[in-house]
Amino acid sequence: MQGFAALFRELDEQRGTNAKVAAMADYFSRVSAADGAWAVYFLSGRRLKRLIGPVQLREWLTQMTGLPAWLVEETHQHVGDLAETVALMLEASTDSVAAADPGLAHWVETRIQVLRDCDDEQRRAAVTAAWRELDEAGRFLHTKLLTGALRVGVSQTLVERALAQASGLPRPVIAHRMMGQWLPEPAFFEGLFDPRSGQEDASRPYPFFLAHPLEGEPAAALGAIDDWQLEWKWDGIRAQLVRRADAVYLWSRGEALITDTFPELIEGARALPADTVIDGEILAWRDHVLPFAQLQRRLGRKRVTRRFMNEVPVRLMAYDLLEADGEDQRTDPLQSRRARLETLMAPTGPPLMLSPLIEAPDWADLAARRDESRDRGVEGIMLKGRNTAYATGRPRGPWWKWKVSPLTLDVILLYAQPGHGRRANLYTDYSFAVPDGDRLVPIAKAYSGLDDAEIRRLDRWIRRNTRERFGPVRSVEPVQVFELAFEGIAPSSRHKSGIALRFPRISRWREDLGPGDADTLDQARALLP
Amino acid sequence: MPIMAAPLIQPTRHGLYCAAGDFHIDPWRPVPRALITHAHADHARPGSDEYWSLRAGLGLMRRRLGGKAWLNAVDEGERLQFGPVSVSFHPAGHVLGSAQIRVEHEGAVWVASGDYKRDPDPTCAPFEPVPCDTFITEATFALPVYRWPAVQSVAADIHQWWHGNAANGRTTVLFSYALGKAQRLLAALPAPHPGPIYLHGAVAPLTQDYRDAGIELPSTHRVSEAPRDEDYGTALVIAPPSAAGSTWMRRFRRPALGFASGWMRIRGNRRRRGYDRGFVISDHVDWPGLLQTIEDTGAREILTTHGRADELVRYLGERGLYARPLATLYGDTEEDG
Repeated sequence: MQGFAALFRELDEQRGTNAKVAAMADYFSRVSAADGAWAVYFLSGRRLKRLIGPVQLREWLTQMTGLPAWLVEETHQHVGDLAETVALMLEASTDSVAAADPGLAHWVETRIQVLRDCDDEQRRAAVTAAWRELDEAGRFLHTKLLTGALRVGVSQTLVERALAQASGLPRPVIAHRMMGQWLPEPAFFEGLFDPRSGQEDASRPYPFFLAHPLEGEPAAALGAIDDWQLEWKWDGIRAQLVRRADAVYLWSRGEALITDTFPELIEGARALPADTVIDGEILAWRDHVLPFAQLQRRLGRKRVTRRFMNEVPVRLMAYDLLEADGEDQRTDPLQSRRARLETLMAPTGPPLMLSPLIEAPDWADLAARRDESRDRGVEGIMLKGRNTAYATGRPRGPWWKWKVSPLTLDVILLYAQPGHGRRANLYTDYSFAVPDGDRLVPIAKAYSGLDDAEIRRLDRWIRRNTRERFGPVRSVEPVQVFELAFEGIAPSSRHKSGIALRFPRISRWREDLGPGDADTLDQARALLP
Repeated sequence: MPIMAAPLIQPTRHGLYCAAGDFHIDPWRPVPRALITHAHADHARPGSDEYWSLRAGLGLMRRRLGGKAWLNAVDEGERLQFGPVSVSFHPAGHVLGSAQIRVEHEGAVWVASGDYKRDPDPTCAPFEPVPCDTFITEATFALPVYRWPAVQSVAADIHQWWHGNAANGRTTVLFSYALGKAQRLLAALPAPHPGPIYLHGAVAPLTQDYRDAGIELPSTHRVSEAPRDEDYGTALVIAPPSAAGSTWMRRFRRPALGFASGWMRIRGNRRRRGYDRGFVISDHVDWPGLLQTIEDTGAREILTTHGRADELVRYLGERGLYARPLATLYGDTEEDG
């Protein structure tokens, strides 16, 4: 436990990625398999199911400190993070047993997971005992694990690099072994270090290869158009279809197994030969692609009825072949992968589809085709080098996404709320409104788009121009105008404005505009498709 | 329970004013007679006709207020009389020559404590609790998460960090407030040092003032006097936070950046500012020290200046004390803390 707390602290303090990788590699090479498995689990962003809510933790903290509840709450707001508040507010324990470090696995299994079967009073006793026992770093980590939100500030890629360094194996091997569903058990950690490429789990997907956004015109940067395979950029759910032995598995890019959500795709995939892995996009489809909002209705359902499947039919748009006949195809050039994919797909039919290629004689023609994107219900164009391998991560060069320009609206800042982590005690979560007659209607929230200096300046402005406070939320004078950019707009019955924006973010702080210059609700409605 | 008599000290547009003795304490505009708690820029402002402050801080005061200012040196505990009001200065433990000002009139005793801390600091006289009826206190860090770690352990962390940087040929740049914090850090760093210590132009003269006042500090060099091609590979450089990101920093290759401040107690502050390391060391009183001090003075009435005044006032009120915030212009320098 202390060993991992020390690693956490070091990762938190180091800014350079090489130093972070070195710290993790050092930890992985001397840790036990049991502790290592849990460390990989947490560092790669996986989390425990939350057993105790923040309200309860704060109540126990209040009891322990003997301070008034309002002061604990104000302090929590000032710090911006409950686990850190717990760590900083309690006394450093003087008689803490510095002797034996219980080890991360032992700690998680005997001090956290056992709480599942406890009643509230037992939980309170166990948690406060742990707080008393641990030092500041340990208290912080323990509370973070309890609330299920350990954000370590390292990406999965860095964890993979560290494991590659510690094991001496290539990173793609490690990356592949970390995919999919696995349990944080010693066998998993030992398996990561296994020098044989051996049998991998039948359901295991490959790491998704990602594209970079293309800024500006492609002509200058990308050379001859003939070197590029051109496809539409579909607005659905990126997915990997794994057909191995007798089973079919469907993985989303978030590495969630979504097999049960789309039974018709699983059924359709049986038309493919065994030991095939396809990369593609799940789309809601009736004659043509339907808006993402339709597809969203299919998500998060445990049971899918036949009726609902008919209401929102889906397709899998296949665009790459990662495994055929049980052989990894990823190092072959794209054009031969595509040729083989076409052969494999030929005997299949809906709900499987082959991503159509765009024929464009030159860049100017392609730009014209890109302008059709919004009418076609796609986000733009994908450009993939014909000779490129299916790589891991997001290196620049092989794949580009050339999206259509986003839609924009000029909106008015209405509410602000402090952020978390690096943005703790800064007002960084904003709600925006548009005028509708003489009232303001909230239309979107946005968290990103301003740079650090603008965030600080806006934070000061918010503090000086607060009208009302509702807990952590402040309403402000409705005078600041921001340009919001977003990818799509759809009618919504869940929003007061009757409109839902997709991926809204701040594109500019329009200090040159006053509230009278903002777009109105009618103008926003006019953007609806 | 409010005290019915007119307040002995109250804020005016010029600063905290004692009408009975006709003087101001740490005024923010020029006045005829200014009593100064300490030499930080938000407390010692130029332009007043005459100044009174502790003898130990006279050099710093002279530097802050200019050679022509009329300065009166006061010894610790010395009784001064301004009309019917008797006044004395007592150490506040904040920086060299920092004072609490005790004001007594018709049996009522007020203490204006300026900024203060209870932690040990070899560069200035330690805080002395002064019994009083009304205590004017800062509230810079008046929330229960602010409890300072032992200075020796923080100094050991800095030393270890410097040592690691020096071994890799990286210059260690430690940002800190130029008056007080910088000198306290110098005094606290355990010997032997991994390399030479350099001071920024804003830190060097104030450090000389400390030495002139008899405070023992390790030897230092001035960056401004170093040759252009100086090798800072193993050096520790102490600079004010305003130097971060300036062209002045370009002379150091791949510097490791640290910030020494009470604000570094909060992880979000550490990460947001983009320093490699934050060290929790403050010349202000922490939460336990603040409550202890209020108890030590025995005051029934607590007036708060700069910082988390609202929370402190409410908390003390619930504990049966009469507390309210005083409107002041202290703590406007962002680097303080």
